[in-house]
Amino acid sequence: MTFTHLLSAGDLDRTDAIRILDTAEELLGVASRPIKKLPTLRGRTVVNLFFEDSTRTRISFEAAAKRLSADVINFSAKGSSVSKGESLKDTALTLQAMGADAVVVRHQHSGAPHRLAKAKWTNGAVINAGDGTHEHPTQALLDAFTMRRHLGDLEGKNITIVGDVLHSRVARSNALLLDTLGANVTLVAPPTLLPVGVEKWPVDTSYDLDSSLEKADAVMMLRVQQERMNAAFFPSAREYSRRYGLDTPRLNRLPDHAIVMHPGPMNRGMEITADVADHVRSVIVEQVTNGVAVRMAVLYLLLGGAAGEPTSEEGTE
Amino acid sequence: MTSYVIRGANILGETVNDITIEDGVITAIGTGLEGDETIDATGLVALPGLVDLHTHVREPGREDAETVLTGSKAAARGGFTCVHAMANTDPVADTAGVVEQVWRLGREGGYCDVQPVGAVTIGLGGSRLAELGAMADSAAGVRVFSDDGKCVSDAVIMRRALEYVKAFDGVIAQHAQEPRLTEGAQMNEGPLSGELGLTGWPAVAEEAIIARDVLLAEHVGSRLHVCHLSTRGSVEIIRWAKGRGIDVTAEVTPHHLLLSDDLVRSYDPIYKVNPPLRSNDDVAAVREGLADGTIDIVATDHAPHPMEDKECEWSAAAFGMLGLETALSVVQQTMVDTGLLTWAQVADKMSAKPASIGRVRDQGRPLEAGEPANIVLVDPAATRVIDARDTASLSRNNPYAGLTLPGEVVATFLRGRPTVRDRALVEGVTV
Repeated sequence: MTFTHLLSAGDLDRTDAIRILDTAEELLGVASRPIKKLPTLRGRTVVNLFFEDSTRTRISFEAAAKRLSADVINFSAKGSSVSKGESLKDTALTLQAMGADAVVVRHQHSGAPHRLAKAKWTNGAVINAGDGTHEHPTQALLDAFTMRRHLGDLEGKNITIVGDVLHSRVARSNALLLDTLGANVTLVAPPTLLPVGVEKWPVDTSYDLDSSLEKADAVMMLRVQQERMNAAFFPSAREYSRRYGLDTPRLNRLPDHAIVMHPGPMNRGMEITADVADHVRSVIVEQVTNGVAVRMAVLYLLLGGAAGEPTSEEGTE
Repeated sequence: MTSYVIRGANILGETVNDITIEDGVITAIGTGLEGDETIDATGLVALPGLVDLHTHVREPGREDAETVLTGSKAAARGGFTCVHAMANTDPVADTAGVVEQVWRLGREGGYCDVQPVGAVTIGLGGSRLAELGAMADSAAGVRVFSDDGKCVSDAVIMRRALEYVKAFDGVIAQHAQEPRLTEGAQMNEGPLSGELGLTGWPAVAEEAIIARDVLLAEHVGSRLHVCHLSTRGSVEIIRWAKGRGIDVTAEVTPHHLLLSDDLVRSYDPIYKVNPPLRSNDDVAAVREGLADGTIDIVATDHAPHPMEDKECEWSAAAFGMLGLETALSVVQQTMVDTGLLTWAQVADKMSAKPASIGRVRDQGRPLEAGEPANIVLVDPAATRVIDARDTASLSRNNPYAGLTLPGEVVATFLRGRPTVRDRALVEGVTV
């Protein structure tokens, strides 16, 4: 691999990204075996350092590390010394003293994983599991993985991402990774929820969802927090749903092969109706399953990649 | 008192002459002069002692970050003989008692004159005027008032403050930042803030306040000073206001002359400052504005912070960077070596004009016989690699660490006494 940490989806060139996705494809099979475990990372320590609650992401990383036989330490800011005012630096030094080989970081502040890696407070590989409103690269990888399984090679595919792009780390990472993989990305949002400077991103933008549906191979709906309404990003939840929500009439205007995605957790009735969320073309539950395989691939390649590809021999344990 | 002859100094970069100093005063400028001690100034440029209109010394309240004494020493090392100490201390400098304390600590330290800035509003709260007259009448003789760190955002309070200080020839120095447009702001709003997921601090939040304030100053016929202007739009508004005859002055910091927002890509809070580092286009605009006189002065906004407030994640870090010891080097690099300013113009923008805005009578004077002997000798041919540990400040938040900058202060004289000599601080200066 050409990287030692995974801080941004932009760290990955096309070769790296494809390698992660291909590795995840091989590892996905592990989950369907009676014994869901490989010995690859035996004796290695993976710390899940979560400064922000995210049970979904944490258990996904935990399952991924355990299936590779790594020792997993879960460090949650709640109830730990962090809530008593311990600094990021001291927390990192503590983990370093414990011999963490990889640190999976979730943090409410943009750039915290970057800081952890670049300030050299830990020697472990730092994996960004979502930082503030910056990035969430493994989410983008699992999204790309899911799309690839349904749509094939993503080169030239049209992906529409809808919602609160301004505050979305998922959108940022997806825009970067999908561009690397050759897909055409359209971000759809009210003008208030597109960041200043978005015209310099490798994407198209639109304020109108309806005009962005007919060519879409995949539509990804982003979570919209109702509190954005109080900051005047849009007038009301109902108006948002009418203009930017995915409902059955809009679903019916998608091409037949198109899939519906959502990084979760969903606000049913806000950005997506219950009917669409549970529709046969929705791959939302599959995204969760694929998350484990993709995170296994990332851990495997960052920590054990030098040992070679996972083989069926290893898998027989 | 020892008399000195500064031998062969290039005065304002214009003429080479000797300067003699006795009893705190320049006694003569000419050739073949004599004194008790001779200072060889061959190849050195002599400027009047620099005057900073914008310094944070952190005393009282945060003596772990800087004291009046350590800030004064850092100032002397940077060639300053006078600094204006901003009011955002703890307690806030909003009473005669606090400003007199700061002023006295400066005098007792003896490394440079510390001229306190008074708060405009009580506790920097923005709602009730502090006793501006009492601070003006105090021993500190305050003439500059600022809520720096916070904007006087209420238009009525700003109007009243502008009007009120006319009674004692004061000036309001505004930290121009529209508060609602900058809630939670972390860096310049632009393509990079969107990419990095950091809340943007838009240029319009500065420009809107400056536009309002110049109109208010015009309406009530008052003097306005704009702190740390940072955007092209701000330069254009000041240019327009001056063209209209409005009595406004403006400052730019060394860091806004040299550094731009792409440094934030590192997420290293050493680059976190308020107003934020702006785009390269803004950097070009503030250089042009300083060169053409739209921006009157360079002021450091020297803002010491303890290590733990910078060794953390970006959003949790404090705003601010050191500046006193590097200001002249940054100005040489960005303005002199580029041909935008002569040394004589540097003297004007870093000494005469700031002293005049602050109404400090015995600072910022010309290098002439009979004037106070506040002099800095700078070696423009020197280069130095900036080392954050090489400082008189108690703090280390130096954004230039590792950079090679031109110019070095060889000596600083405060009223005839050297505070810096042979490129080093003189220890044990006594008044």
